[in-house]
Amino acid sequence: MPPVPNRFLLAAAAALALPAAAVADPVKIGFVSTLSGPSAALGVHMRDGFLLAVKELGGKLGGQPTDVIVIDDELKPDVAVTKVRALLERDKVDVVAGVVFSNVMMAIQKPVLENETFLISGNAGPSPLAGKGCSPFFFSASYQNDQNHEVMGKYAQDKGYKRVVLMTPNYQAGKDSMAGFKRHFKGEVVEEIFTQLGQLDFSAELAKIAAANPDALFTFMPGGMGVNLTKQYAQAGLAGKVPFLSAFTVDETTLPATQDAAAGLLSGAEWAPSIDTPENKAFVAAYEKEYGVVPSLYAAQGYDAAKLIDGALRQTGGKTSDKQAFRKALASAPFKSVRGTFAFNTNGFPLQDFYVVKAVKRPDGKFATAVETKVFEKAPDAYVAECRLK
Amino acid sequence: MTVAETVRKPGGSAGLRLALQPTLVCVFAFAAALAVAHGLGSSYGATMVGRTAAFALAAVSLSFLIGQGGLVSFGHAAPLGIGAYAVLIAGEYDVTNLLVVLPLGFASAALFSVATGAIALRTRGVYFIMITLAFAQMIFYVAASLSAFGGDDGMAVASRSTLFGMRVLKSDTNLAILAIALLGVALLALDRLVASRYGLMLRAGRANETKLQALGLDPYRHRLTALAIGGGLAGLAGVLLANQVEYVSPATMNWHVSGELIVMVVLGGTGRLAGAVLGAVVVTVLDETLGHFTEHWKLGLGLVIVAVVLLRGADLKALLRGTSA
Amino acid sequence: MTAVLFVSQLLNGLQLGVILFLVAAGLTLVFGVMDFINLAHGVQYMLGAYLVAVLVAWSGNFAVGLLLGLLGALVLGFVLEVLVFRHLTRRDHLEQVLGTFGVILIVTELVRIVFGSAPLAFPTPAALAGSVTLMPGLNYPVWRLVILGVGVGVAALLWYLVNRTRLGMLVRAGSTHPETVSALGVDIDRLFLVVFAFGAMLAGLAGAMAGPLVSVEPTMGDRILIVAFVVVVIGGIGSIKGAFVSALLVGLVDTLGRAFAADLLKALIGKSAAAAAGPALSSMLVYLLMAVVLSVRPSGLFGGRTA
Repeated sequence: MPPVPNRFLLAAAAALALPAAAVADPVKIGFVSTLSGPSAALGVHMRDGFLLAVKELGGKLGGQPTDVIVIDDELKPDVAVTKVRALLERDKVDVVAGVVFSNVMMAIQKPVLENETFLISGNAGPSPLAGKGCSPFFFSASYQNDQNHEVMGKYAQDKGYKRVVLMTPNYQAGKDSMAGFKRHFKGEVVEEIFTQLGQLDFSAELAKIAAANPDALFTFMPGGMGVNLTKQYAQAGLAGKVPFLSAFTVDETTLPATQDAAAGLLSGAEWAPSIDTPENKAFVAAYEKEYGVVPSLYAAQGYDAAKLIDGALRQTGGKTSDKQAFRKALASAPFKSVRGTFAFNTNGFPLQDFYVVKAVKRPDGKFATAVETKVFEKAPDAYVAECRLK
Repeated sequence: MTVAETVRKPGGSAGLRLALQPTLVCVFAFAAALAVAHGLGSSYGATMVGRTAAFALAAVSLSFLIGQGGLVSFGHAAPLGIGAYAVLIAGEYDVTNLLVVLPLGFASAALFSVATGAIALRTRGVYFIMITLAFAQMIFYVAASLSAFGGDDGMAVASRSTLFGMRVLKSDTNLAILAIALLGVALLALDRLVASRYGLMLRAGRANETKLQALGLDPYRHRLTALAIGGGLAGLAGVLLANQVEYVSPATMNWHVSGELIVMVVLGGTGRLAGAVLGAVVVTVLDETLGHFTEHWKLGLGLVIVAVVLLRGADLKALLRGTSA
Repeated sequence: MTAVLFVSQLLNGLQLGVILFLVAAGLTLVFGVMDFINLAHGVQYMLGAYLVAVLVAWSGNFAVGLLLGLLGALVLGFVLEVLVFRHLTRRDHLEQVLGTFGVILIVTELVRIVFGSAPLAFPTPAALAGSVTLMPGLNYPVWRLVILGVGVGVAALLWYLVNRTRLGMLVRAGSTHPETVSALGVDIDRLFLVVFAFGAMLAGLAGAMAGPLVSVEPTMGDRILIVAFVVVVIGGIGSIKGAFVSALLVGLVDTLGRAFAADLLKALIGKSAAAAAGPALSSMLVYLLMAVVLSVRPSGLFGGRTA
């Protein structure tokens, strides 16, 4: 368990000086997710995972009655900020959780953290929050953004691939993705292709890739773009020829749509339905029973986020008013993650294992990812050294 | 909802007095809402009043173009976003003084509107709608490629605007007061303009361009001026929004935003500038309240819009038949 | 750049253009005949994809599912026309924009309630999956060739209908002289109903053709709608020929831009500047094209009148 920094003690002492919130009040959690637009499927999974855990706990987190206020950020930073202000100022939530996309996270983290409200990420893990901009009030139940890309870079290196084409959308997360891949991959990057965000047709890019004939393609195409690319990759006849290494492209949010076109494609992840722990088996079965689809890593992270809050509240007797105590409780990761190994690093990001997972057709006809090989064990992120928290 | 549409023929001071009333009602209503929010100690209430007033300002500026000039811009999110980027970019160079940032937002947005308008005004009707969209999309992609300013993700503004170093906008109430004041000034100024000879020419050009040209008058210059004014005011709204959210991203320039502004204007009725204020209030309030009840709030918004359009019937017809009439 | 790569990019551009044409054809027909701006055309494209996806899964046969789905799209077109659009035809453009925007919100949300936000499975029909070798070194997906064929076929059919039939004569006349047509005793409302439902079916067909290529989800129509409007406007409102030419032009410009703009820029302004400017430039090429065309020809390439 990491010791609490002095700076934080001061802040916490200031917080303690304020009158404690009425104990009888239910715990209020603002859950921010992307629920409309083409990327809504990701947000729905994350929210459903979170709500499933709350439901399993009898509507209570840490034994306290719990209000979860779900808001739709519409994937627009300005909309997200306005709605999060409402959560903080009108609803006076104790914890803000969720957030699928990093641009939304970067927009809302300032008002939330300046308000000294705890922020538990259910997905987005932008590098500033792991490094220079780290905060004692921030915890990630997911990963640092670069990590799943690093997994694929390491895998490509281990496989001995010499020439690789990289393709991502033209925005910050896409550039970070390429940087993450190249951190462990030392071979030649034949070409870096940047595409439009939300691109529909990849024929021009696929023709380029076919012409370059690389040892492998690495790509990061979250949401609908991933579906488009996967379908077109198979049709272009590249699926059997050029190994498809990806992150956030082939997962259970897209597999119901891509099905056979995605079978055998690889992805970097910190979780898969196939992980063999009792907690995970129970989670996957319960999620499928409740929602009729196989959970994705977003669902698993949402589920873990709720379990994390639950565990911490149990330690503090259901109170978040003592911020120092609540932070300490959160930092000890007092829950059994569906991922198995899970601990927090000093910057509030997890120390966990990472895998290469592969899309497979299960005996019941549904598609899911399954662990192919473990790449990193209890991996720290690349930015933790820049974080002032100890 | 009955937004009665009266065909107004402002002329001289009588018209100006008439025009003053809705303006004052708007300003007082906003001020009252802000006072209530302040009295309740709800900084969120103040945030919402300020945000609504800022959107109302943007909608009013578009209503001026549509209702008076017949210039249906489907790219009004562009000047709005340019105003927001003015705050961000100036802030990165440590320029945060309101007395610099506001004029900068106005001027850069007006400049964009004039530069693109000079070309766009060659077209009419639906073609004009689409060419303004095209220019807005271009500036959207330009903003998305500004990696020094956050690229597609956007970036947090360093701090809210100041007045000679004083952080006057730190409180949401003050920001809302500024937004309401700018809205009031814009409404008054536009009302004057509408009632003036210039306004007459603008409307005449909308109604019958051929006749105007036969009289040897060229509506082009008037329209270009209208675009500059409308764009500049939208830029001011952008400055307000950037200060309120303290985050600027290309999403502000998305064509959805242009569409939403058109919805506000048409929902409130295009004949009166104050109608746009009503439209902005309705859309923001619906968004805020319905969104709280159901994940599927857009269904409710859609039903309201279709119901309004169908029920309003013939009230608004023939306002913008294009120039084919 | 090899010849093979260039040929394949040309094909890609043409094929994208053909899909755009299928969407734009219905739009420009409705636009031209009734002077009606239908923003909801995008959701009709989406509904077509959903109907065909569901019916193919239900019937287990692609041809049956496609036929039933197109029939369903036609019926939905009738229903929407009777419920909403009929009451908007004689209103000004802005009211139409607002009303049809409301329809977008309603239909999209209803689809989300019924099917959820997750994309739907729409596999390529087995017989048309995979790729064929067109020339040495050039493998091309069969489905994209099918789209090319269907698009050219529809274009020919439309040309015949518009230029060689009585209905087409009325459509042509209705787009330029609506008063004359109704003075001749033609029920212009019924003409519109037919044209509208047919347009809805064309949009549905486009959705079904795109289904195996793209993510079938509730908002899939939003993105294509704007590009379809661009196509219609570049071509000239109401002109099928214009829509066809401009769709191919837009498809080629977009595809070739994505394929070669970055490399060209690299040669011109250096690698690092090109990396930043390339993707931005290729994203806006289509809009640049529209601005240039309209500034030279304010009524589009084949637009006869100012609408």
